[in-house]
Amino acid sequence: MSNQISSTVSLRGLTGQRSRKALLLSKRASRLRRLAALLGHGLLLLITSSSALAVLFIFFFIARDAIPFFKLRGFAEFLSANAWYPTHDPPHFGALAIFVGSGLVTLGAALVAVPLGVLSAVCLSDVLPFATRQLVKPVIEVLAAIPSVAYGFFALVVFAPLLQEQGGIVLAIAWYCLAAPLAALLIFVLSDMLAARFANRNRGVRAMLALLLGLPLATGTWVIGQHLYAIQIGSGANAFNVSLILGLMALPTVVSVSEDALQSVGRELREGAYALGATRSEVLTRVVMPAAASGICAAVILGIMRAIGETMVVWMASGNASQIPKPWYNLLEPVRTLTATIAGDMGEADHVTGSARYHVLFAMALVLLTISFVCNLVSEQVVRRSAMKNR
Amino acid sequence: MRQVLGTAMVAAALLLAGVSANPARANEDRIVVDGSTTVGPIAKAFAEYLMANRPGVNIPVSESGSGNGAKSLINGVCDVADMSRFMKDSEFKAATEKGVMPVAHVVAMDGIAIVLHPSNPVTDLTVEQVRDIYTGKIKNWKDVGGPNMRIVMISRDTNSGTYETFEKLVMSKQEIDSSAEYVGSNGQARARVQSTPAAIAYVGLGFVDRTVKALRINGVEPTRATVASGVYPIARPLFMFTNGYPKLGTPLHAFVTLHLTPKGQEIIDAIGFVPVTCYPPTTSLVEDREQSDK
Repeated sequence: MSNQISSTVSLRGLTGQRSRKALLLSKRASRLRRLAALLGHGLLLLITSSSALAVLFIFFFIARDAIPFFKLRGFAEFLSANAWYPTHDPPHFGALAIFVGSGLVTLGAALVAVPLGVLSAVCLSDVLPFATRQLVKPVIEVLAAIPSVAYGFFALVVFAPLLQEQGGIVLAIAWYCLAAPLAALLIFVLSDMLAARFANRNRGVRAMLALLLGLPLATGTWVIGQHLYAIQIGSGANAFNVSLILGLMALPTVVSVSEDALQSVGRELREGAYALGATRSEVLTRVVMPAAASGICAAVILGIMRAIGETMVVWMASGNASQIPKPWYNLLEPVRTLTATIAGDMGEADHVTGSARYHVLFAMALVLLTISFVCNLVSEQVVRRSAMKNR
Repeated sequence: MRQVLGTAMVAAALLLAGVSANPARANEDRIVVDGSTTVGPIAKAFAEYLMANRPGVNIPVSESGSGNGAKSLINGVCDVADMSRFMKDSEFKAATEKGVMPVAHVVAMDGIAIVLHPSNPVTDLTVEQVRDIYTGKIKNWKDVGGPNMRIVMISRDTNSGTYETFEKLVMSKQEIDSSAEYVGSNGQARARVQSTPAAIAYVGLGFVDRTVKALRINGVEPTRATVASGVYPIARPLFMFTNGYPKLGTPLHAFVTLHLTPKGQEIIDAIGFVPVTCYPPTTSLVEDREQSDK
C-alpha cells in the first residue's frame, strides 16, 4: 500500500503541473509494473549469479565424484603416502608426492615470475620513458598469447636437451639473471637509504656504502654461480625446467596486474613525494610500492594460480615421476603435479566408472579447486585489509 | 571422453541397426567393433579398407578398452571385440551363459622394444635386468656394463596399452620405482631417449628407428621374425573375438580374415605391429623396415 502511494508521489513530482489524473496509474497497471520490475530484477540477478552458480555446480559435481573415493579408500593413504600405483594390483593411491610436486613447481614458478614481474612492472610504470614502455609492454603481453602446448613443446624439445647438455651454464645464467638485478637493486636502494641517515648526504658516503654492501653481495652471487656452473643434469624433464617455463607463462599476468596497480597510485602522490625532496628510489620503495601493495599482492597470487593450474607444460616436461625430490627443494629432479596426473590418467584405458582409480582423479581435482579457492579468498582478504590500512 | 564417445557410438549403432545380439545377424553389412585401444588402430584401418572396397558396408569402430570390448560382445552390443589380452574365465562363463561363443582371431603380434641412447654401449639385457632397472634395484649403467651414469627410466603413462603390456610381460607384478618419468606417447618416449644419454624407455616396435638403439633381450634381437615366432620375450598376440566363427563370405568374415591377406599385413605393418606369418631370419628391425619401404 505504501509503495503505491510513494509511486504516485514520485510520479507527481516528475510530471510537474500537467494533468495529474491521466498519469495516475490504475491499480492493475501499477501491479503489472511492479511485477515487471520484479521480473527484471530476477533476470538480472540470474545473469549475474550464473557465473557464481557455475562455480557452485563445478564444486558440486566434482565433490560428488570425489566423495566415493574417500569412502572407498579413506583419507589417510591419499594425503600421507607416497606410492602412486593406480593400475597396480593391489592399487596404491598415495598422492603426497604429487602434492609436493605441485607445490614445488609452483614455488619455482613464483621465484621466477614474482621478482621479474614486479620489478618489470615498476620499471615499466616509473622508470622507462613513455615511448619505450609502449614498445615493451605489448611484447611482454604476447607471452600470454602463446598457447601452453607451444610452451610445452619448447620445454620438451628445446629446453630439456639443452639442460642435459649445457645444464651448468643454463643454471648459472638463470641465477645471474635472477640474482644480479636483485643484488644491484638491493645495493642501490640500501646505500641510498643508509646514506640518507647521514646529515650531509654527500656522494662519497653513498659510493662507499654501495661498495661496502656491493662487494660481499657480488662475491656471494658469483660463488653460487660457480657452484651452479659445475652441476650436471641427468634428465632435462624436471621441476626446474617446468618452473622456469611456468614462471615465464605467469610473467605477463604479474606484470600487467601489478603495473596497473602501480599506475593507479596516481601522479599526486609521486609529485608530492618528489616535492618533499625524496629520491626516485625513496619514492618507489616508500611511497608508490606501499600504496600499490594490495594490487601487487593480487598480481602475485594471480600469477601463482596460473602456475598451479597449468597442465600441458607440466604433463609434457616435468617428467611426471611421483616422487618427493631429495632434498625436497632439489628442483633438478623430475616431479609429478596434480594437473598432469588428472590430465594423464583421465581418458581411454580400462577405466571403470565407480572404481577408486576413476574417483581419485576427482579427489585431486577437488583438492586443486580448494587450493585455488583458498588462494582467492586470501588475496581478497589481503586486498581488503590493505585497503583499510590505506584509508 | 573417448569412452563416452564410444558408448554413444555403440548406442547410436544399436538404435540404427535396431537389433540386439543374435547369431543370425539382421544386417550383414553392418559390423560394430569395440574394445582395446591397442587393437583399435588395426580395426579402424581394416574398417576403412573394407568400407572402401565393399560399397554398402558400414563398420563403426570404438575403443573403450579390452574389458569393455568383451562386455560388449557378451551383451551382444558389438560383433567384434578387440582385445589385447585373452578372455578371462569369468568373461567366457558370462558369454556362454548368454549363448555367445567367443572365437579368437589372432590378427597381429605386439612387441615392445627396450630402447637406449645410441651412445650407450649396453646392447644386451635380460628381462630380469630390465625389471630391476625399473624397480630401482639397478640405478647406474655401470652395474650392467655401461658407463658411470645414473639411469633415467622413462615409462609410458599408466593409461596406455604399451604400459599395460610392459607391466604384464616385464614387471611381473612388481612396482615401477617412483623416480621413473612418465610420458604421454611412444613418440615422446623415443624423443626423450634420443636426447638423453642415460635414458632407457620402452616403445612399440613401430617406433624403433636409427636415432635410438633397441636392446637385445635375453640375447634375442627384436625383429619381426623373433616377435612373430615368439622367441623375443616381450611380445603378445592381439585378438579379435567374434561370436562363433562368422558365416563364410559375409563382410564380417572378410573383416576378421583380412589380416591373412597381403593387404591386411601391409596395414598391420604400417601401424607398427607385426603380422602373423613366416619370416626369413633378418638382421635387424630397422633394416627390415627400410627394406620394405623401398
